[in-house]
Amino acid sequence: MWQWFYKLGSPKYFYDMTSGLLPWLYTITFFLLIVGVVWGLMFAPPDYQMGDNYRIIYIHVPAASLALGAYAMMAAMAAMHLIWKIKMADIVAKVIAPVGGMFCAVALFTGSFWGKPTWGTYWIWDARITSTLILLFIYMGVAALRNAYDSTSAGAKAAAVLTLVGVVNLPIIRYSVDWWNTLHQSASNLSLRAVGANPPEIWIPAFFMGFALLGLFLIAIILRARNEILVREKRTLWVQDLLQNEIEQSREPSHHA
Amino acid sequence: MQNSRKQKLMIVLFILFGSAVTVGLVLYAFNQGLNVFFTPTEIVDGKASTGQNIRIGGMVKQGSLVKDGLKGAHIEFVTTDFNEEIPVAFTGVLPDLFREGQGVVADGYIDADGVFQATSILAKHDENYMSSEVKAALEAGAKKQTKAAVNL
Repeated sequence: MWQWFYKLGSPKYFYDMTSGLLPWLYTITFFLLIVGVVWGLMFAPPDYQMGDNYRIIYIHVPAASLALGAYAMMAAMAAMHLIWKIKMADIVAKVIAPVGGMFCAVALFTGSFWGKPTWGTYWIWDARITSTLILLFIYMGVAALRNAYDSTSAGAKAAAVLTLVGVVNLPIIRYSVDWWNTLHQSASNLSLRAVGANPPEIWIPAFFMGFALLGLFLIAIILRARNEILVREKRTLWVQDLLQNEIEQSREPSHHA
Repeated sequence: MQNSRKQKLMIVLFILFGSAVTVGLVLYAFNQGLNVFFTPTEIVDGKASTGQNIRIGGMVKQGSLVKDGLKGAHIEFVTTDFNEEIPVAFTGVLPDLFREGQGVVADGYIDADGVFQATSILAKHDENYMSSEVKAALEAGAKKQTKAAVNL
């Protein structure tokens, strides 16, 4: 286990391993997306109050959970980079910022368009919504702060420190609906045996969508991390060999012609 | 662990702890200000100032909604948190989810008669989603039960 962990810290190993992993990830994510979308939009029953409006949860809830989860992952990577100076951890932390921020924006936008027909307003400054908006600003701040430095290592350190400070926002978002009066609902209780409120036929498609969006998230950060690896390691022999091969392969058809 | 790494781990923990304490104290100081609405109990306790624009949140009391006989789009109802009650008056467009027994958040002020004059009304839905079929079946079941109780 630890050996595998150390190996993942090597950019070359990460690059090689993800080359084999990506096709699997594409397939699984595609399958989950199809099941989640079709089940959620076509087979899940309409809600007794909101009718079909509530179906936006199938994108809203997974996007919001991922926005929080991605931040936790980015913070773990930032801490690992600060303490153990693991190169790969910084690369992953860097690529998460825009992707996590995107999920956060999706959660805010879908929530807003859901709010109008149900609550009667696109926006209200309640604790849940405001703290989520702050999360989006922190994501953008982390990405911007890193880019404000000319030196990669100085930018990495500054971004890591800001990321760690921002961690305090996560429990605030999570518990905002319990600590304060909000217009946003509190967390729904999910049970497999529920018959009345929140039955499995309503929330199981949301789980499929959650894993589908997790797949999309992993695909996005893996592709971005691979690009970042090639840029940062461009002077190493293995990257030069790799690029040489790519160039030769792309030229091959013209030889035959 | 190496000494320098231990030191850095301490710095990381210090950043987490320090920001948690700072933000915790700030939130503690704000406390009331972070609530998006006052409950009827808080208003009765005098936590909200009269005459000033505030938000009130609670349930629309069953059987309290008066529409008919009032002029135009004017409505009156009672908000409750099952402890205290505040009457509300409103003229305007209501959100679809507004109905008796549902959560409501209203913008406005308390007039001299103690009536909350709302300038806008938002519906608050709870965390329970239910299929319309199941809801209909549950309601039919409840009716049967009350009927049976009446017959006894």
